[in-house]
Amino acid sequence: MSRGTLIDLLYLVSATTFILALKGLGSPKRARLGNGVAAVGMLIAVVATFFKQVDGHNLHHVALILIAMAIGVVVAVPTARYVRMTAMPQLVAIFNGVGGGAASLVSITEFVHIHSTHPATYVTLEVLLGVLIGTVSFSGSAIAFAKLQELMTGRPVTYPGQQIINAVLGAAGLVLIIVILVTGQTGLLWVLLALAFVLGIAFVLPIGGADVPVLISLLNSFTGLAVAASGFTLGSNLLIVAGTLVGASGILLTRLMSKAMGRSLSNVLFSAFGSVITASGGTGADARPVRSGSPEDAGVLLSFASRVAIIPGYGLAVAQAQHVLRELAEELESKGIEVFYAIHPVAGRMPGHMNVLLAEANVPYEQLKELDEANSELQTADVALVVGANDTVNPAAKDDKSSPIYGMPIINADLAENVLFLKRSMRPGFAGIENELLYNPKTTLIFGDAKDTLTKIVAAVKAS
Amino acid sequence: MGNVLLQYATVLMLTIFVGIEIIAKVPSILHTPLMSGSNAIHGVILVGAMLVLGSADTTLETVLGFLAVILATLNVVGGFVVTDRMLEMFKAKPKAPVAKNDEVAS
Repeated sequence: MSRGTLIDLLYLVSATTFILALKGLGSPKRARLGNGVAAVGMLIAVVATFFKQVDGHNLHHVALILIAMAIGVVVAVPTARYVRMTAMPQLVAIFNGVGGGAASLVSITEFVHIHSTHPATYVTLEVLLGVLIGTVSFSGSAIAFAKLQELMTGRPVTYPGQQIINAVLGAAGLVLIIVILVTGQTGLLWVLLALAFVLGIAFVLPIGGADVPVLISLLNSFTGLAVAASGFTLGSNLLIVAGTLVGASGILLTRLMSKAMGRSLSNVLFSAFGSVITASGGTGADARPVRSGSPEDAGVLLSFASRVAIIPGYGLAVAQAQHVLRELAEELESKGIEVFYAIHPVAGRMPGHMNVLLAEANVPYEQLKELDEANSELQTADVALVVGANDTVNPAAKDDKSSPIYGMPIINADLAENVLFLKRSMRPGFAGIENELLYNPKTTLIFGDAKDTLTKIVAAVKAS
Repeated sequence: MGNVLLQYATVLMLTIFVGIEIIAKVPSILHTPLMSGSNAIHGVILVGAMLVLGSADTTLETVLGFLAVILATLNVVGGFVVTDRMLEMFKAKPKAPVAKNDEVAS
């Protein structure tokens, strides 16, 4: 067997591990194993590549390759390891963005390399598509990162004629591709690169912070497609398989994610969701009567309950209060009170994010109830404790047809006898929508930092 | 054109179906790790980056290829490590009351 055949065989092994890995990632038991399998497959592919021959010679610049890899590892490992769990979505965004950038660069570099040999039209098309998609993913992810990291406003950025401008940008990209293919003016490649960069930014700007996770999933899929396009250019089955796998599964995953929010994908992408504070919004909000209480009141109420439902949201994670929350739950359990957590599928910043954050705080997995189960159990709960959640308990999703979140499944906190709503202020949630639950007669608001308030509640529960 | 392109197109088509089939039924709590895991997998562009840098003739190609390898490595390594860190949290906990609970994580 020749060296080339052996390497191709190893690539086949590697591609197979990627398929198995995605399969594994779909089940809670095998997910971690799946990820490990893919990592091994990746290592095999990378090591094999060092021995590959291109254009009849061994790889040049091996030292440079190693240096570049070392730089990548030195930056990536600490970032991925030590960034707080709450910042996970941003991390995924940025690692996806650099992947898109890499795919775009690979296509460009290969094109520069083969340019003088006057490649066939279809090769040029592959390059152009790789550059377009990869670059959109790169600049789009960068904006998504900035939004999640709060380097810029998380609200949709809109301006007059935005949809039209974006449509024109997209059309210009396609026209440019056709022009390059027809005229062979390959210098225009750089214009396409610039255009794609602007398009990625313009595409992401009007998407609100609450929808950014869906967007990241879509951009992830784009990067996959860009990788597949590079695979065509380089003639690599491995890149085609891995890229297409991610591209196809990513688009489906994106649709599943928007479905979990009760919205269609086009609604997520093009409606500038959350740009206006709806309902009574803004100044009118403070005028309506709400009932507020002290942490001590809350402690007493909880101590005399027999079933308590905890409804956590992203605010919990921001306040780093998940450990105190678990402490409270344990304290209540020691008094014979039954405690469970009602987890909305999009609680936190991404689907499943809340499960990760609570697991980090050692909350027993059995206490976590998913939406449907949680809603049926809430009917028998004495107290629903809402910590840092807002949109996911907003009854407007059920009752108010004019509300932008109408149709999103929510946790029916108002089914419980009492609702304790821990809140920093009367400000509306991430999606920028007024929450009727705050004005419900069952609801007691407890203002303050979640961690601080919870600590006081724990003390009050201990005392009573 | 010809056979090679057709062969790639075949692979492409078949993989699209595999990709869709594999994701069809995934519990929503795993959506995030799945996204992150597939994010790491498209980091395989590293192989492409190595090939273009490894065959670079001009300074321009070398610079672009060098950047591509750095970015692709970030994608691969960061992607796998983040995913693993997420999934670490899902491992089955022992049922007994957790005594050593003070995580240093946060």
